[in-house]
Amino acid sequence: MIANTITCSLTPEEVRFTRQRLGREPNELEWALIDAEWSEHCSYKSSRTVISQLPTGGDHVLVGPGYDSGVIEIGDGLILTAHIESHNHPSAVDPYGGAATGIGGVVRDILCMGTRPIALLDSLKFGDITKSDHSKWLLKNVVRGIADYGNCIGVPTVAGEIEFDECYERNCLVDVICIGLGRKDELLLAQATSPGDSIFLVGGSTGRDGIHGATFASRVLAADSDRDRSAVQIPDPFTKKMIIEATLEANRAGVMRGCKDLGGGGLATGLSEIADKGESGIDVHLEMIPLREPNMSPIEIMISESQERMLLIAKNGSESKLEAIMAKYEVSSARIGEVTSTQMLTIFRAGKPIAQLPTDFLANAPIIQREARQPKLNAPTGKIIRHEDLEQILIGLLSSPTIASKEWVYGQFDHEVGIRTVVKPGQGDAAVLRLPNGKFVAIKSDGNSRICELDPYIGAASILAESCRNITAVGAKPTALLDHCQFGNPNDEEVFWSFSRAVKGIADLARVLHLPCVGGKVSFYNEDEEKHQAIKSSPVITVIGIVDKPDHVTTMNLKLENEIIIAVGKTKPEVNGSEYYNHIGSRGGAPPTLDFQLEGQTQNAVLECIKHGYVTACHDCARGGLAVTLSEMAIRGERGATVDLTTSPMESLTDDELLYSESNSRFILTTSKRDDVLETFQRFNVPAAAIGVVGGESVNITLQHDKLECALSKLQTAYTKSLEMILEPWRK
Amino acid sequence: MKIEATLVWHNEFKSDAFDAVILPGGFSFGDHLRGGIIAAHSPAMEGVRKMAGEGRPVLGICNGFQILIESELLPGSLLRNSSLRFICKWTDLQVDNVDTAFTCAFERGETVRMPIAHNEGRFFGEEQLLNSLTADGRVVMHYLNENPTGTSQGIVSISNDDGNVVGMMSHPERASDISLGGTDGLRVFGSMLEWMR
Repeated sequence: MIANTITCSLTPEEVRFTRQRLGREPNELEWALIDAEWSEHCSYKSSRTVISQLPTGGDHVLVGPGYDSGVIEIGDGLILTAHIESHNHPSAVDPYGGAATGIGGVVRDILCMGTRPIALLDSLKFGDITKSDHSKWLLKNVVRGIADYGNCIGVPTVAGEIEFDECYERNCLVDVICIGLGRKDELLLAQATSPGDSIFLVGGSTGRDGIHGATFASRVLAADSDRDRSAVQIPDPFTKKMIIEATLEANRAGVMRGCKDLGGGGLATGLSEIADKGESGIDVHLEMIPLREPNMSPIEIMISESQERMLLIAKNGSESKLEAIMAKYEVSSARIGEVTSTQMLTIFRAGKPIAQLPTDFLANAPIIQREARQPKLNAPTGKIIRHEDLEQILIGLLSSPTIASKEWVYGQFDHEVGIRTVVKPGQGDAAVLRLPNGKFVAIKSDGNSRICELDPYIGAASILAESCRNITAVGAKPTALLDHCQFGNPNDEEVFWSFSRAVKGIADLARVLHLPCVGGKVSFYNEDEEKHQAIKSSPVITVIGIVDKPDHVTTMNLKLENEIIIAVGKTKPEVNGSEYYNHIGSRGGAPPTLDFQLEGQTQNAVLECIKHGYVTACHDCARGGLAVTLSEMAIRGERGATVDLTTSPMESLTDDELLYSESNSRFILTTSKRDDVLETFQRFNVPAAAIGVVGGESVNITLQHDKLECALSKLQTAYTKSLEMILEPWRK
Repeated sequence: MKIEATLVWHNEFKSDAFDAVILPGGFSFGDHLRGGIIAAHSPAMEGVRKMAGEGRPVLGICNGFQILIESELLPGSLLRNSSLRFICKWTDLQVDNVDTAFTCAFERGETVRMPIAHNEGRFFGEEQLLNSLTADGRVVMHYLNENPTGTSQGIVSISNDDGNVVGMMSHPERASDISLGGTDGLRVFGSMLEWMR
C-alpha cells in the first residue's frame, strides 16, 4: 500500500477517487506519478476555482494562462511571452542554488513557446536585514545566485522589487519573471498532437537531485527542512545557454511540433501534460533515459526534477535533423518515447509496460473545495506618537531597506546584455527595452504585503494599481498582467479566505482597467512549522506595457532648473500600512482606499500628457508618500526642488500625513508646459496642481504648520549608501 | 556604419575570409575554471592567432579580453574584482593610446563613457609589466574618477606592440546608440574601419 508507506501527499479522498476511477489498485510507480502530478504545485487543485475569475481575454492576447507562458501580440508578426515562477522553498534552504535554478525554470517556460528570453525581473522578500543575520545571508546568496545564473546565460535582469518584513524571516520569497521575444509564425505550444512523433529528452541527464521537489513545495517548511537539500536542484547555466540556442535553432528549422519544460514533477508531469493537451498518448521507455547515477528506480527516474532538461516533440521524420542540431551545440539528446493515440501514458521497462494511466486523469487532479473564513482584523496599535522631526523621518525612510536604492543588488546583475535596455534599473519606474519593430516594452513587478495584511482585496488591487502606475510613468500603456499569489497553508480557512479575496481584488480592478491576465502562479504553504507563522498575504503582480514611440519613454530624474513640478491625485490621511507607520512602529487599521475608475482615469491622463510631450520626468507616488517620491526624483536627477505641498490636491490632514501618506492614484511629474498639463488633467477629471519648481542643492517642502529643508547630499547618502552599509559594513 | 559582420562557430572559423575579428563578451564555456581559459583552446583561436600575427585588427571585449590574455596574445592577467562581486555600471574612461586599431578615431586624453559588466576584470601585472606597458604606450584606456574593480593603475584596456590587437573590459557595443545611453562605443568600431583604410 504505497499510498500509506512512502512520502505521499494524496488525501484519503484522492486515494479513493483514484481507485474508483481506475477500477483497480495502482502499483507503486503509478501512485508516485499521481502523487507528483497532483501536488498542489503542479495541479492547482485548491486554487483553480478561485483564479478562474481573472479576466484573460483581450485584443493583444494570443495565448492566455494554461501554457508554459502567456503570449501577447505586439504587431509586425512579433510576439512577447511572459511567465512568473517562484523558488521559495528551495531558496529558503539553499538560497544560491534555489534562486539560480528558479531562473533556469522560468527561462525554459519562455523557451518552450519558441521565443528567446530577453529580460528577467525578480521580486524578492526577506526578513528584516537590519536585525537578522540569517536574512542577510539569504539576501546575499539569492542575489549571487541570480547574478551568476542570469548573467551567464546572457539574459539581462532589468527590474524587480525587494520588500523586507519580519514575516519572511523563515520563508523568503524568490519570484522570477521572464519575458521572451519571438515571431508569431514560430510560436510553439506544448502539445503532443500527432501520433507517430518522437519524444526527445534533451539537456542534462536525470539524477536524484530534486526528487520530490513538487511535493516539497506543497508542504510547510519544518525544522528539519535542511535535510530537504536533495530537493533543490544543482544549477548549470552553461548547459542552459546551450539548450536555449539549440532549441531556438531547432524551432527555426521547423523540426519541432512542441516543447515542454521539465519542472515540478519531472517527466511524470511533463509527459502527461503534453499528451493531455494534445489529446494523445505517450509511450516512454525507461532504459532510453540517460541517467546520472546507477540503480535509479523507475519512480526516481519519473519524478526527478534534475535541472536543464526539456522535452522536445520531434515531427515524425525530422528526428535526425533534430539530433544533428543538438549535437552541434553538444547538448545531449535521447529519443525516449513516441506519441500514440492511446490517450494513455505508458511506461515501459525492457519492452514491458510497468505503468499505464489515462493522461486526462493524470493531468487533471480533482478540484478541492476549500473552506474560507474571514479572519478577525488586528486592532490598530495604541495611540500613535507623532514625530516632530520630519527631516529625521525622511532620512529614516530613505535609508530603510525597502525604500533605499537597490544598487547594491542590481549592480551585480548584468542589466544591459542583449543591448535592448533603454530605461535601466534606478532610472525610471519600470524597465524599458527596445523591440525590433521600433516599439518598446515596459515591465515592472510589485508587491506590498503590509497593505494586503490590512485587507487582501484592497491590498492586491493596490499592488496592481501601483504596477500599472509604474508602467504608465515610463510612457507605456499597460497591456497584460501576470499574478503570483503567495500564501500560507490553504487548509487554514483564514489563509484561503485571504487568497480568495486577493484574487478577487486583482480580477475586479483588471476588468476596470481592461487588463488581461496572461499567466500566473499560486504558491501555498509559505509558513514554518516551528512557529506556525504564515507569511503575510504576498501577491506579486507584474505588468507589461507597450511604448509606441521612442520620445514617449520617460524617466524619473529631475532634469532642468525651473521646470514646474506637478502633483497628480489627491493626498488623503491614509498612513495605515505605510512605510512611515512601519518606521515608527504603528500597525493595523484600514488600508488606503482605491477608486478603481479614478485610478484608470489618472493613468490615462498621465499617459496623455506624456504622449503630447509635456512631461520631462514622471514618478509614481507610492511607498513613503510625496516626500520620498520627490526626494527620489531629486536624488536621481542630482538637483534640488522647492515645493509647497499645501497647494497640492489634498483632504484635511496633518503635516506628517501630507508628507508620508500612501494614498493611491498619485504621481509627481515635471513639465515646462504647466497650463497644457493642468488642462489635460482637468479634462480627465483628475485632480492635479503645480506645487513648485526644480532647482537648487536641497529639497525644500512647505507644509501647513511646518517646513522641511534637507540638503540633497544628505538625502543622497541616506538613499544610496544604506543597503551597502547594512550588508557590507566593513566597506567604509 | 556599414560593416558586414558574420557570427562564426567556435570550431569552424576560416580566418582568411575576414579583415578583422571581434571576440565579444559573454561567459564562454560558462566561465568554468576561469573566464576565457577554455575558449582560448578552441579551434577558432588558431585563426585569431594568425590574424593577429598578420596585423589584422583583433578586438577582445570583456570575456573576449579574457580569452586574448589566456591565449597570451596580450600580457597580464584578469583577476576577480576586488569587491568579489559582479559589477555592471557605466564608467568614465580616459583614452591614453590612439595608435591602435580600435582607438585611432579618438583624441589622446579624451574622456569617454562606456559600461562594464563582469566578475573577473581586475587587470593585474607585475611591476615590470606595468612599467613596460606604460613606457610603450600600450595602456589604451584607464578608469577616470573611480576604480570600480581595483584594477592595477586603473587599466581597463591594453594593446599589443603593433596596436592591432586590443582587449578591453568596457563594452563599446553597449554604448553605440543614444537610446542605450551613449555613442562613444561606436567610435571603437569606427576606428577599426579607419585603421583598415
